Amino acid sequence: MFKFLNPSRIYLITSKAPKYIMPLFIVVFSIGLVEALILSPEDYKQSHSVRIMYVHVPAAWITLGIFSSITILSLSGYIFKNKNFFIIAKSLAPSGLVFNIIALVTGSIWGKPTWGTWWAWDARITSMLILVLFYLMFLLAWRIYEDKEEVFKITTIITIFGIINVPIIKYSVDWWNTLHQPASINILSKSSIHSSMLLPLIIMTAAFALFSLLIFLMKYNTELIKIKNKGLDRL
Amino acid sequence: MINDFLYMNGYGSYVWSSFAFTFFSFSVLYIIIKIQYIKERNKFISKFGALNSEKAQVARNQNINKEILSRSQSI
Repeated sequence: MFKFLNPSRIYLITSKAPKYIMPLFIVVFSIGLVEALILSPEDYKQSHSVRIMYVHVPAAWITLGIFSSITILSLSGYIFKNKNFFIIAKSLAPSGLVFNIIALVTGSIWGKPTWGTWWAWDARITSMLILVLFYLMFLLAWRIYEDKEEVFKITTIITIFGIINVPIIKYSVDWWNTLHQPASINILSKSSIHSSMLLPLIIMTAAFALFSLLIFLMKYNTELIKIKNKGLDRL
Repeated sequence: MINDFLYMNGYGSYVWSSFAFTFFSFSVLYIIIKIQYIKERNKFISKFGALNSEKAQVARNQNINKEILSRSQSI
């Protein structure tokens, strides 16, 4: 059913792709930095500290997107008995974890001038911290368990429990009284952010997405070579 | 002007440290993943070199193996 997901075929594409993604990332990231640090206006209330948004928000969006993708891939791998879905999920996890840490650390730095504290056990921040733990559990499971069938089962269970946390992160600012502000950007309704700030945010999100794609491809290629190394042992 | 840009109305340390942390995280992640890739590829090349001619011929028939060997310089 998933013949197009044959690792040998995929490798022909994924081995060449990073050399095109890397320069594209550098260009988009450079434009994003100029927009975020120089061209975008300061906020009337938060002044220049609003610029932290251009790294904090894309990192948070991408980590949530990656965790959702990992869950879908793990479940698909389990349902369709396709090992390649698990390898893709495993290759996505490192960048998801790093983006999660970036979102937490930059959020903490932004919290100091805005709320007067580096950390608060607020619903949004705490649920993001819980997501880091799920990423760590997912990655540790791959390191701890030798048996492939066992690791597929355990990582799928981790993602099923972890995905419950994703809507909690998204709606925590609506469900509870939190220090964290509600979403300024809505896909279905009008966004409350000005276009002069939305443009750098979109460019930085594109740059972060390209970086996670680059890391994913490099990690995925490594995983495929690892499999081929085992194949050579069996010859 | 440069000082104003760096100072950012007193928020410079927060803004610059956020961007610096992001850049640092990107660099560390990239280097770790790249090292893992190079290690695994070198392992493959040395294992491939240790095969006898018959086994090497079997391995060479697989496109993916040829591709890994041909990409010894780039990622």
